Amino acid sequence: MSGRVLVGVKRVIDYAVKIRVKPDNSGVVTDGVKHSMNPFCEIAVEEAVKLKEKKLVKEVVAVSCGPQQVQETIRTALAMGADRGIHVEVSGKDYESLGPLQVSKIMAALAKKEEAQLLILGKQAIDDDCNQTGQMTAALLDWPQGTFASEVTVEGEKLKVVREIDGGLETIKINLPAVLTADLRLNTPRYATLPNIMKAKKKKITQVKPSDLGVDLTSRLQVLRVDEPPQRQAGVKVETVDDLVSKLRECGRI
Amino acid sequence: MANPLRAEVVRLYKNLLYLGREYPKGGDYFRDRLRAAFNKNKEVQDPEKIKEMITRGEYVARELEALYYLRKYRAMKKRYYEE
Repeated sequence: MSGRVLVGVKRVIDYAVKIRVKPDNSGVVTDGVKHSMNPFCEIAVEEAVKLKEKKLVKEVVAVSCGPQQVQETIRTALAMGADRGIHVEVSGKDYESLGPLQVSKIMAALAKKEEAQLLILGKQAIDDDCNQTGQMTAALLDWPQGTFASEVTVEGEKLKVVREIDGGLETIKINLPAVLTADLRLNTPRYATLPNIMKAKKKKITQVKPSDLGVDLTSRLQVLRVDEPPQRQAGVKVETVDDLVSKLRECGRI
Repeated sequence: MANPLRAEVVRLYKNLLYLGREYPKGGDYFRDRLRAAFNKNKEVQDPEKIKEMITRGEYVARELEALYYLRKYRAMKKRYYEE
């Protein structure tokens, strides 16, 4: 297999940040909050770069959809070893309603346009936890999918994928071109160190509009309300075992 | 500082400064300790000793990368996988 690998990366609120809900319950506070690449997307980029280092693919292209700021995320992917980036410009209201369906339409259009052999995505984003984009893209392209991949081997013109499923591990063989979604144990992503980031500044990022790809971004979903999870109730301390038993009876537990 | 090694030392310092931004105890805490450590050895001239300290600095950089990776891995594992 030789050819182009497309990797989708998403700019999300950093995993270590404490999330705050906006006072009007319309969403989560994102202004001034630290953002970084989705951890599963990092694993996807690492896998693509590893394939290139093994000379199994020729080019790794990092793709991200969103406003100007996502270029930072694409730069991180370039610093990790991607060859060039594609920034799909989506901003304002369109960006707020951008979901897996819209992103998968964009990815499918790009995969066809770039004649990609392989599309690797993270299994889910840590902000919306949808776990849908990879699957939807594979359906739109009518490509086989290896989701929750914890190990990927190239065997001629096919891919052997070991998937992490509820019952354990499942090994499948799929044809190329294909869509993969990366699970936690696929690999250990490298850190984008300062010298690599400097080198990545020379790599190109092309800007594309969704309309150029013929994609309609209207969303069929509307967020009605965002709430914090219920606060943890404080525990109650009791003095003796009899107290404990009577309290349990009161709650109706025994 | 010995001339050819000056560039290496500065590069190491910039690297560590960049890495230290994500330090769990705070980027400022790390930056202060980093500056103190580099300042303490400001007067050293012997190239052998400088090379040894650069190696130690690179070791610290690798330790930081490992720390960040483990933190992230453990957080993801805890959030998404049944223990």
